[in-house]
Formats: sequence, structure tokens, C-alpha cells
Amino acid sequence: MIDAEGVVKRFGPRTILRGIDLRVETGETLVIIGGSGCGKSTFLKCVIGLHHPEDGKIIVDGIEVAKLKTEAEIADYRRRFGYLFQEGALFDSLTVWENVTFGLRYLTDIPPFRYRKIASDCLALVGLKDIEDFKPAELSGGMKKRVALARAIAAQPSYILYDEPTTGLDPIMSDVISDLILDLQKQLKVTAIVVTHDMKSAYKVASRIAMFHEGKVLEVAQPDSIKVSVHPCVRQFVDGKSEGPIKMKLKEFEAEPAANGLKNVW
Amino acid sequence: MIQSPVGGFGRLVLDAAEETGRFAFLVRSTFGWMASGKIEWRQTLIQMARVGVDSLPVTAMTAFFTGMVIALQTGASSKHFFNEPLFVGTVVAFSLVMELAPVMTAIVVAGRAGAAIAAELGTMKVTEQLDALYTLGTDPIRYLVIPRFIAFMLVLPLLTVASDFTGIFGGYLVAHAKYQIPATVYWHDIVNNMEIRHFVHGFLKTFVFAAVVSLVSCFKGVTTQGGAEGVGKSTTSAVVISMVLVLVLDYFATAVLNAFGIT
Repeated sequence: MIDAEGVVKRFGPRTILRGIDLRVETGETLVIIGGSGCGKSTFLKCVIGLHHPEDGKIIVDGIEVAKLKTEAEIADYRRRFGYLFQEGALFDSLTVWENVTFGLRYLTDIPPFRYRKIASDCLALVGLKDIEDFKPAELSGGMKKRVALARAIAAQPSYILYDEPTTGLDPIMSDVISDLILDLQKQLKVTAIVVTHDMKSAYKVASRIAMFHEGKVLEVAQPDSIKVSVHPCVRQFVDGKSEGPIKMKLKEFEAEPAANGLKNVW
Repeated sequence: MIQSPVGGFGRLVLDAAEETGRFAFLVRSTFGWMASGKIEWRQTLIQMARVGVDSLPVTAMTAFFTGMVIALQTGASSKHFFNEPLFVGTVVAFSLVMELAPVMTAIVVAGRAGAAIAAELGTMKVTEQLDALYTLGTDPIRYLVIPRFIAFMLVLPLLTVASDFTGIFGGYLVAHAKYQIPATVYWHDIVNNMEIRHFVHGFLKTFVFAAVVSLVSCFKGVTTQGGAEGVGKSTTSAVVISMVLVLVLDYFATAVLNAFGIT
């Protein structure tokens, strides 16, 4: 179980998270939705320990992330997680199978002679075959995402954190990745947090959906409840409307309307 | 927002202090990880090949022509004053072994391997590959910085020794072809006037240069911000700072070595 209490995260003068209270139950897939820059990915990075909150605490299986001190404690904590980065973050200089098994050396005691087989098995789980010796540059966007997913599950984590898994993919590939998330959920029985803007994917994979806005949790509910939410911000986001309480300006400045349109500019 | 000159200067000082502090943190982490003995030898060997083998043709050619031009200038000057080319071998060897080979090799390697390191690590930073290293149970300092630091410390001194020899050989070719100085005279000029401490003087300085170029390049890489523009800025500043520091530290290292009588 992941339990976040009053998590505050600042970067210089900017406060990104303003007191996040969120609980992720064991075995569920919690989807975090929200506009760009609302702190979804930052929260995910706080959970795995990449960022350290200024205030509040995150407790995973009874372990408080901020109190991890020794290298062994940190390794033991990270072993629990698989992390899928937005752009995959595959290592360019390594082959696909080396990428997939990279974490095994540091997170497990598995002997290296078994790595290749494990890589093939993980790739098969995400629907890939015979690409072990390719370099990431030789793969398509969808394949990179799948390889990154294979890497995230290679050390058999209890939690998988997905940072915008469908961003940058065509609608069909997005649906395939959503199916993969569901499939892995069934096969590996993991707890997952999925950060996404993609409402179709969110409805498909979520046990519950949490809406973030300006560094706070606005609403946490089951997908069906989110679909009919009366909260104006949630409503605006799930309907994808520019008009509403969430102000995403067409222009970042207030311009004087030009009398003759663009003629005056040219 | 318009900033006053005093405010701008204050901002500059604060930024420099912050950057220095972060650099000190990287140096401390690097030595901390090294003390733990967890060194990625495979990565270190790969970096040694990249820094050493790949740089050798450029550093050797630079030293070769430097030796040639010193011989040409020395021969011309001594001919002008003494009517014959004197001590060409001595001047070539002293200049190269104590100063030019260590400094020029470090600068060429900073421009070649230092830039490559800053660009590679910078790209890894902006594509979240450094974060991925954390999530996969290792640390960018351990996996990326230490192999590059060790590779520089082992390879730059060797490249410098190679530059010493190729430079002296280049000088000999000019001394022989242009001034008809026999090989025995050229070599005797060197052997009779040089001692092992002169070689040690130049050799020890290369370790300072290796540490500076590798750590500055790695630091600039792992602290890259932004996209492609950020990588470009990091690469440029890594090379410029490395080169300037090599020249500045050359003076101080020479002063320290002289104080210890290694001169």
C-alpha cells in the first residue's frame, strides 16, 4: 500500500505539490489525471524517491521514503518499483536485452547467465519477440514503450509507476498499451499508479481515478463516478473543454485586438 | 524584469556559489563511491578506449607539429644569435616534457573527449536516462562519472607520454632535415641536460588536468537543463571551463611542484 500524507514539493520559488493526501490500495490501479504542470509526474517521482518532498510523508509497505538512509535500504525500497518513463528513457548505448535486464544486476541476486532468458520472457510478456539485439534507435515509438515496460517488470516489482504511458502514440497503439497494462495487472498482480491525460486509457485501466489540480487532489473516485462527476474542474477536464474553471489561456498575455486583423502586422 | 547592476552582480555571485557547491557535492560523491570500492570496470575500460585510443591520433599529431615548430624556431633563433643551431634537442624536450605536452594534450582531450562526455551525459539527463539509472538501482555517479574519472586519470598521463615522444621525434625530423643536426647530437642534447625529475614534473601535472577535465565535463553533463539547447550550452561550457582551468591550474601546479623541488 502507498500512503501519501500532506506531500509538499517545491522547485525554487514554485510550489508544485501543495499537500497531496492519497492512498493506493494493494492490487489496485490508481490513475492520476490532471492538466500539464499540475504535479502528477512530480508526485510519481516523490513516490520512488527521485524527488524529496519538503513537507509531508510517503509511506510504502510501512517504510517512509524520506527515512531511507543506507544503500541497502534504498536498494530494497527501489526493488519494489518498476517505473515506466514518459519517453521510455532507454539507454541508447545498450541493446534491447541489456536495457531490459539492466536493473537485475543492482536490484537482484539473479546470476548474469540467466539475463538473456529473462529479457526474452519479459519481452514476450509485452508482446515482443526477436528484437533482443536491436538498439533503441532501431525501434518505433510503440516498441520503445513496450521495451521500457519490459524493463520496468524485469525485477518483478510489487508496484509499477507509469508516467504517461500512451503519450506520443497513435490511438491504436495507445489502446494496445492500455491492454498491456491491464494484462500485466492480471498476470503479475501488481499495484500500479498511472499518470495520464488520456481519458480513454484512464477509464480502461483504472480501479480509481484521482484528479490533480494546482498541486492538490480534487477528487478520487471510481471511473464511473468520475464520468458523471459534478465537480466543475473534473467535469471540464474529462469533457476536454477550454471553457471552465481551469484556466488554460489561449494566449499567455492579454493582447490589444488588432483593428484590421493581421493586415496591420504585415 | 529589469534588474539593477548591483542586483545583477549579486545574482551572478549567488549562481556561481551555488554552482561551486553543486560541483563540490559531485566531487564528494565521486570519491565517496570510489571509497566504497564499487567500480564499474567494464564501463571504465570502454571509456579508456574512447578517451585514450580514439584521442591518440589527434594528440600525437598535435605534439608532433608542436615539436617541429619548436625545433624550427629554436634553430632559427640560435642561428641568428650564434650563427649555428644550438641546443635544439634540449629546448624541444624541455618545452614539451615540462609544459607543452601535458597542457596541449589536456586541452585537445578536453575538446574531444570532454565535449563528448558533456553531450552524452547531458542528453541522458534531458531524456530522463539519469533518472532511469536511479530507478534501476544504481547511481549516475557510480555508473557514469567514476568510470570516466578513472579512465581520464589512467589514460591522460599515457597520452601525454606519447605526446612527449612524438613531439621530440617531430623536433628531430626538423633539426635533421632543416639544420642538418645529427641524431646523436640531438639525442645527447636531450639526455645530457634532462633529468628524470623534469619528466616527473610534467607527468604529475597530467593527473591534475585529468581530474579537472573529467569532473567538469561530467558535472556539466549531469546538471544539463532544457532540451537540445541545454545540451549545447553544457557542452560548450564544459570545454571552455576545462580549458581555462587547465591553463590556470598549470601555473599553480607548477608553483607547487617547484616548491617541492620537482623542477
